[in-house]
Amino acid sequence: MRTVLSYLKPHRLVLAWTLLVKFLGAMMDLFIPFILAIILDDIVPRKQPRLIFLWGGGMALCALLSVTFNIYANRTAAITSGKVTRKLRHDLFAKMGELSMAQFDRLSLSSAVSRLTTDTYNINQFLNRTQRLGVRAPILLIGGLILTSVLDIRLTLVLALAMPVIALIVYVVTKKSVPLYDRQQTVLDRMVRVLQENIVGVRVIKALSKTAYEQQRFDGVNAELAEVARRAGSVVAASNPLSSLTLNLGLTGVVLAGAFLVNRGLSRPGSIIAFLNYFTIISNAMLGITRIFIMASKGIASARRIEEVLDILPDASADAAPPLMDSPWHISFENVSFSYKGVEDNLTGIDFRLRQGQTLGIIGATGSGKTTLVNLLLNLYEPTGGLIRVDGRDIRGIAPEALAAQTGVAFQNDFIMAASIRDNIAYFREFTDDQLEEAARAAQAWEFIREREGGLDHEVESRGNNLSGGQKQRLLIARALAGNPRLLILDDASSALDYRTDAALRRALSEKHADTTAVIIAQRVSSIKGADLILVLEEGRAIGQGTHEQLMRDCPVYREIAQVQMGAEQGYIGGADSLRGVAQ
Amino acid sequence: MSRMIRGGRMSRNETSGDRRSLPEARLPRGQILRRLWRYLGRNRALLLLAMLLTFLSSSVGLIGPRLSGLAIDAIGLGRGQADIPLVLRYTGLMAGTYLLASGLSYALSRVTLRMTRNIIYRMRKDVFDKLVHLPVNFFDRYQAGEIISVVSYDIDTVNESLSSDFLQIIQSVVTVLVSVGMMLYIKPVLTLVFVVTVPLSAVYTRWITGRTRPLFRRRSRKLGELNGLMEEMMSGKKTTRAYGREARVLEAFDLKNEEAVEAYTTSEYYGTMIGPSVGFINNISLAAISVFGALLFLRGQVGLGDISSFVQYSRRFSGPINELAAIIGELQSAFSAAERVFRLIDAAPEKPDAPDAHTLEEVSGDVRAQHVHFSYLPGVPVIRDFSMHARPGALIAIAGPTGAGKTTLVNLLMRFYDIDQGSITVDGRDIYGLTRSSLRAAYTMVLQDSWLFYGTIFDNIAYARPEATREEVERAAKAAMIHSFITKLPLGYDTIIGDDGVNISKGQMQLITIARAMLSDARMLILDEATSNVDTRTERRIQQAMRQLMAGRTAFVIAHRLSTIKNADTILVVRDGNIVEQGRHEELMAQGGYYTSLYRAQFETY
Repeated sequence: MRTVLSYLKPHRLVLAWTLLVKFLGAMMDLFIPFILAIILDDIVPRKQPRLIFLWGGGMALCALLSVTFNIYANRTAAITSGKVTRKLRHDLFAKMGELSMAQFDRLSLSSAVSRLTTDTYNINQFLNRTQRLGVRAPILLIGGLILTSVLDIRLTLVLALAMPVIALIVYVVTKKSVPLYDRQQTVLDRMVRVLQENIVGVRVIKALSKTAYEQQRFDGVNAELAEVARRAGSVVAASNPLSSLTLNLGLTGVVLAGAFLVNRGLSRPGSIIAFLNYFTIISNAMLGITRIFIMASKGIASARRIEEVLDILPDASADAAPPLMDSPWHISFENVSFSYKGVEDNLTGIDFRLRQGQTLGIIGATGSGKTTLVNLLLNLYEPTGGLIRVDGRDIRGIAPEALAAQTGVAFQNDFIMAASIRDNIAYFREFTDDQLEEAARAAQAWEFIREREGGLDHEVESRGNNLSGGQKQRLLIARALAGNPRLLILDDASSALDYRTDAALRRALSEKHADTTAVIIAQRVSSIKGADLILVLEEGRAIGQGTHEQLMRDCPVYREIAQVQMGAEQGYIGGADSLRGVAQ
Repeated sequence: MSRMIRGGRMSRNETSGDRRSLPEARLPRGQILRRLWRYLGRNRALLLLAMLLTFLSSSVGLIGPRLSGLAIDAIGLGRGQADIPLVLRYTGLMAGTYLLASGLSYALSRVTLRMTRNIIYRMRKDVFDKLVHLPVNFFDRYQAGEIISVVSYDIDTVNESLSSDFLQIIQSVVTVLVSVGMMLYIKPVLTLVFVVTVPLSAVYTRWITGRTRPLFRRRSRKLGELNGLMEEMMSGKKTTRAYGREARVLEAFDLKNEEAVEAYTTSEYYGTMIGPSVGFINNISLAAISVFGALLFLRGQVGLGDISSFVQYSRRFSGPINELAAIIGELQSAFSAAERVFRLIDAAPEKPDAPDAHTLEEVSGDVRAQHVHFSYLPGVPVIRDFSMHARPGALIAIAGPTGAGKTTLVNLLMRFYDIDQGSITVDGRDIYGLTRSSLRAAYTMVLQDSWLFYGTIFDNIAYARPEATREEVERAAKAAMIHSFITKLPLGYDTIIGDDGVNISKGQMQLITIARAMLSDARMLILDEATSNVDTRTERRIQQAMRQLMAGRTAFVIAHRLSTIKNADTILVVRDGNIVEQGRHEELMAQGGYYTSLYRAQFETY
C-alpha cells in the first residue's frame, strides 16, 4: 500500500481540500435536523410564524450548500483519482517494459495483464469511492458527535457508545469472511479447470463416451462452489442486521435517556428528535459500509499486487568483458551456458562463430534449447557462463537499442496485433510503402497482402485470427526483414509454409539478403540443409556441429532425423538430384 | 499466444474489453423473464418464505418511528410532564421490534442465500449438461474463454440480481407503501409536500441518467480499448524488446490511457451529481415538512411525536425511491447476462440417434466411404465426391501441409460432423444408422495435443475403462513404453498430473495418451502424429509404441513422417481442405502431381 499511497502525495493538498469540502457538505446535511431541533424547542414557543419561515429558509440554504459542496467534492475526487490512476498505470506499464524477460517470466503473462487491467481499475474505483462514499460514514459520525454535543452532551455519550460496537462488528465480519472468500476463489478456479478440460478435450470425451462421467465430475465441484459461496455470504450477511440493530438500540437508548433528562428539565424534546434523525442518517450511510469494505479489501489486494511489480529491482548485470574490436566474426558464442531457473542447465557449452552473411541452422527436439539460444543471442537473457560477442564486443556491453536496430526476428508463434498489416510489419518503426512492399515480397507475403481488401491497410484481427497459419508466418518474416537487418533470426518461422513457399523464401533470402547473417531454427532438415553451419541440439548440448554433409556422415542423431523425415529406407546421402533420380 | 482466463472477479461491465461472439440471436424480454421465473419457481417454498420474511422485516422495522413518536409524546414538553412507565413501555417495544426486525432480516439473508445456492447450482448444471451434448463444431467455433465467462461471471451476475434485486424491489415497495400509509395516517396535509418533490426527483433522475448513459457507454468502450491494448502489448513483450520499441509502445499506450481516464472522469463528473442532487430534493422536502409541521404544531394541530415520526418516515420513504435507479441499472446488466446464459443453453445439440439405431458390435474394421460430399459452411464444399475403402487392418495415411484440413476426415469418421451427401459405412453398415456411442467406441484415438486432465496418472490411463485393474493399466503403460518413467516418480501411478512440481514432458504426455488408447480393444484407430520432434530417444519410443498400437487395427494416421506415408496402403493427399489425390506412394509419385511436388520440395537446397 505504501508505494501506491506515495502516488497520492503530490495531490495531498487537493485531497485535504476535497475532504474539507466533503466535511462541510456533510455538516450541512447534519445542520438540517439541528435546525429542526431549534425550531421545535426555541422558535415555536415564541409563536412567530415569520421566524419559522426564516429558519426553514436556513434549512433550504443548508440543503443548497450541501448539494454544491458534495458535487464539487465528488468531481474533485474523480479528477484526482483519475490523475493518480493514469500515472500509476503509466508507471506500471513502463515498468513491465523495463523488466527483463527472466523477470517477466517469473511474473507470468496472465498475471501481468491482470495487474495492468483489473488491478489498476480496482485502484481507480477504490480511490474514487473512498473519497466519495467511504469517508461519508465516518464524517457523519464525527460531525454528528460534534453537533449533538452542542445540543446535549449527555445524549451524545449514547451515540458515542455505538461506535466501538460497530467497529467491532465490521472487524469480526471482515476477519471471518476473508478466508471464506479465499476458499471460494480456490473452488471457483477448480470449476473453471473442469470446464476448460471439457472444452479442450471435447473430442476425446465424446470418442470415449465419458459424457456422464464428466457431468458427475462437474456436478461435484459445482455443488461445492455453491455451498462455499453460501457460507461466505452468511457471514457477511450478518453485518448489516447487526450494525443496524446496534444503531437502533442506541436510538432507543436516546429516547429512554432523553425521557429522564427532559423530565428533570435537563434536555428538550426537540433535541431527541434531532438525535433520532442523526441515527437515521448515520444508519443510512452505514448501509453501504459492507460494500465499501469489500471494495477496500479488493483495492488493498490490488495495490499490493501492483507494488510487487513496481518494487522489482532491475536484474544486476555482470560486467561486460573488455571490447575486442576488429573481430573477423559477426557473432560468436564462446562456451556459453545458461539456466532459466538456476537448477539445471538449459544450454551447456555452446561454442560457434559466424561471419557476416553466413547462415546458422539449428535443429533439435522440443526443449533441446533452440529458442533459448536465440533468447541469449538477443540479449533477452544473460548467459550464466561463457561469453557472447557481436562484432567482437561483449553483448552485455552493447546498448539494447543498438542491438535491436541491427536485428530482425520472427519468433515461434510470434505476436500479431489487432492493427493494419502495415502497422504489423512496421511494428512501431518508420518505413516507406516501398520498403514494406520489398520486405513483404521477400517474405513471400506480398501476394496475399495485395489480394486483401485495402492491401497494406487491411486490418488484421487480434492474434491474426483472420490470417491462415502460413500467412501469419510470412507477415512475421516480412516484419523481420523490413529493417534490412544485419542479423536475421527465424525461430521455426516457416513451419506452416508448404515446402514450395518455404523454398521460395529461402531463395529470396539468399538473393536479396546475402549480406545478412541468419540464424534459422527449423524442424525440417530441408529448411536448414544449405546453411554454412548447422547445430544439432539435444538437451542443451550441441551433439553435432558442421555442414549438412559433415553431419550426415558424422552425427548419428542428425542422420536419424533426416532419415525419419525423408524415409527410412532411402539410404539417402546427397542432395536433391540423387532423389529426383530415384523418384523418376 | 495463450488464451487466458481472467482470475479474480471483474466488475460487471467495465473491465471486459473482449468481444463476445457466442450465438447472437436476441431473445425477447418476456421469454427471459419467464425462464428466470422458472428457476425461482423451482424453489417455491424458499421464495415464498423469503417474500414473507421481506414483508415482515420491513414492516416490523417501520413500526419503530411510530413508537418513538409516541414515546416522545409521552415524554411531554418539559420538566415533570413525562409519563415514565409509558415511555418505558414504548422504548421496550421499540427495542423488541428492532431486535425482531434484525432477526428477521438475518433470517431473510440466510433463506435468500440458500435459494441463490440452489439456483446458481441448477443453472450451472443446466449449462454444463447442455455443453456436453453440444456438437464438436460448437467448440471449434467459439473460444473457450467466452464459454467459461458465461458459466462463471454471467451466472453470478444473474444470481446476484435474482436474489437481491428481486427482494429489494419487494422491500422497497413495502417500505414505500407502509411509510406513505403511516404519513397519511399521521397527517395527510403534510404529505402534500411529496406531491411536488417526488415527481421532481423522478423527472430529474430520468433526465440525468438519460444524459449520462452515453457517457458511461463511452467509458466502458474506452476502458475496453485500453485493456485490449495492454493485454496485446504484454503478449508481445518479447517482440517489442527484440526490436527495442518500448518507448514507442509506451507512447501508444499513453494515448489510450489518457482517453480512458478522460472518459472515466467525464462520466463521473455527471454521474456523481445524481446522489447529492437527489439528497438535495430530499432535504428540501424535509425543510418544507419541518416548516409546515412547526406551523401546525404552533396551532396545536399536530403533536411533537407526530412530527418526529413523520420526519423519520419521510427519510425512510425517499431511500428506496433513490435506490430504484440503481436497481434498474443492475437489472439491465443481469438481463443481458441471462440472455447470454440462455443462448448457450439454447445452442442446438447433436441430433439424437435414430430410434431404430443399431448398436455396433464385434467390429472387424472395414471402413468404406462412397461419393462423400462435405462442407463446413454451406456453399463452400470441402470434400467433393470422395470415395475410399479401408480393409480391416489397413493403414490409411492422411498427408498434406499444416492447416490444410487433415482433421476433416477424422471429424467425419467419428461423426463429429455430418456429411452432406454420400455414405460412410463400417462393416457394411451406414454409420448414420448406428448409435453414436457404439460408433465412437469402435475407434480409439491419439491426438497431437495430448489431452490429460487434473487427476492421477492411473485415472488418466484408465479414463476410458474405469473398471480396469492395476495390472491392465500397467500392461498398457508398458506397451506404451512409459511404465518405467511412471514408476520412477515418487508417487508412481498416483502422481497427480497438473500439480506444480510434477515435470512431465510433452513426449511423456503423449505416451500416457497412447497407454490410454492401448487399454481399448477398439478395432479402429485414429492417430495424429506429433509434428514436434521430442528428443530422439522418446521419439523412437513413441514411434515404436504407435506401431504396437496400429498392429491389427484399421488405422487412420494424420501423417507427418515419410516412413508412415510410404508404408501406407492408401495415402490421402489434402490441400486447402480438399482431398486432391489418393493412392499408394509409388502411384502418386508416378502421377507427378501435387504430392510429388510436396515430396520433392523438402529436398531442395537454398
